[in-house]
Amino acid sequence: MSVQTRSTQDPLWTRVLLIGCAVGFLAVFLFVPLALVFAEAFRKGIKVYADAVTEANTLSAIYLTLTVALVSVPLNAVFGVGASWAIAKFSFKGKSLLLSLIDLPFAVSPVVSGLVWVLLFGARGLFGPWLREHDLQIIFAAPGMILATVFVTFPFVARELIPLMQAQGNDQEYAALSLGASGWQTFRRVTLPNIKWALFYGIILCNARAMGEFGAVSVVSGHIRGETNTLPLHVEVLYNEYNSAAAFACASILSVLGLLTLALKTFIEWRVGLRRQKH
Amino acid sequence: MQAKRPRSILPGFGLSLGFTLAYLGLVVLFPLLMVFVKASGLGWRGIFEALWTSRVWAACRLSFGLSIIAGLLNGVFGLLIAWVLTRYTFPGRRFLEASVDLPFAMPTAVAGIALTTLYAPNGWIGSLLKPYDIKVAFAPPGILIALVFIGLPFVVRTLQPVLEDFETAQEEASATLGATRWQTFRRVVFPQLVPALITGTTLAFARAVGEYGSVVFIAGNMPGKTEILPLLIITKLEQYDYEGATALAAMMLVVSFVLLLVINFLQRKTLVRNVA
Repeated sequence: MSVQTRSTQDPLWTRVLLIGCAVGFLAVFLFVPLALVFAEAFRKGIKVYADAVTEANTLSAIYLTLTVALVSVPLNAVFGVGASWAIAKFSFKGKSLLLSLIDLPFAVSPVVSGLVWVLLFGARGLFGPWLREHDLQIIFAAPGMILATVFVTFPFVARELIPLMQAQGNDQEYAALSLGASGWQTFRRVTLPNIKWALFYGIILCNARAMGEFGAVSVVSGHIRGETNTLPLHVEVLYNEYNSAAAFACASILSVLGLLTLALKTFIEWRVGLRRQKH
Repeated sequence: MQAKRPRSILPGFGLSLGFTLAYLGLVVLFPLLMVFVKASGLGWRGIFEALWTSRVWAACRLSFGLSIIAGLLNGVFGLLIAWVLTRYTFPGRRFLEASVDLPFAMPTAVAGIALTTLYAPNGWIGSLLKPYDIKVAFAPPGILIALVFIGLPFVVRTLQPVLEDFETAQEEASATLGATRWQTFRRVVFPQLVPALITGTTLAFARAVGEYGSVVFIAGNMPGKTEILPLLIITKLEQYDYEGATALAAMMLVVSFVLLLVINFLQRKTLVRNVA
């Protein structure tokens, strides 16, 4: 916070009014909907909630959600580290174009992110006939949902790491190399400790989106209960069946995931901020 | 790896760049290219016929119109919230600061059913509006609320770093020269926020145009009335109208690319921090 003199401070009534407006807006748009999720989830009592959460279809949706995240998040994390090493540690032509291309999936509608995989692997897609001959199914099955999730969460880790590694420069790596460390040792002992918080930060954001993604996954999912529904899709099914209590019970699990992500994110920002002040 | 290594003695350039390009190509570029390959198979005439229907036109008007309004509303309230968070100290400021990212962290489907239940005629807020005959859920105002919800963090997070780095010396100078607080804000502070404000608003707009999960529950989804573009793509897919879906997707991708170029240009001009 910058030091404020009287001349740069707003009058008290302005401050009170603006803070009031901001709090009011955030309350109506963020806090009330969040509170409603939990209120609706527990409206019919703890037993209905527990039944909804432990129902077989819910459990299989949770299992599929975890599976999809467990495959797609590590893939994008490895990509993020590789891409940021190439982009931050070396200079080459076309770097800014490459940076824009990495951000591309954020600009694409989730529905289109799902559709592209249907055009490739769907029954009438490019590889459709070949897949049918070999009795393989990608669309309307878990592999398609993983691909759609990978596409949607593609930039998360890379975009956290690239600016940080660019700011850190190469001096420490040079020092390690000149002291006789191998490339791999340099990466593991010097680079990785320097980027660990940003990496973790990128991974939790990537994971939150991977577990919560709806549009892209919805296009490639077969919507078969207990088989190809992730938790967000299961919420949709329950909601459309007017089973509001169960829908909100499942939604509350996803909300807790979201809140946990926010808490971790805030914690890391606080950690990293603290470090920045020390240096 | 003794190949020509540009200005660095660090190892692993070829490996990391090669891996990056291969993965990017396989996972992002090739699939996106497929949309245009499929669309070009339709020919200009086919694309025109698929897009030039009253249903598509209505969806375009609804999606783009409401996204512009949502972007502007986010601009106003985002500026207000960013200002309050960076300039004032008050109890709960840190809590508010963290909660701004809630729309990023909450799965869109959860936001969708929560907003719908809230604004439905028998919901917490919907029942308050009912006596005044204001219909929000299953009507365009409901879509607008969902779009404002998901777009808000973009504006706040783009403006915050600019406001934090702002030199208060300029405001002091302005005050010394006799300007009122409002004059200082309007003539000195605000003009310097404009580039970041436009960037944030454009980001919110771009997100709103493609948004699906938080909108689809509250929209009502009446063809020609409350049917947004992403939903129309899904509807066409479900009717096995692959041509129509591909043509629409290609159009939306072109819009996304143009917006991405605009945003990149704005960000390079303002050097504001990227926001997710």
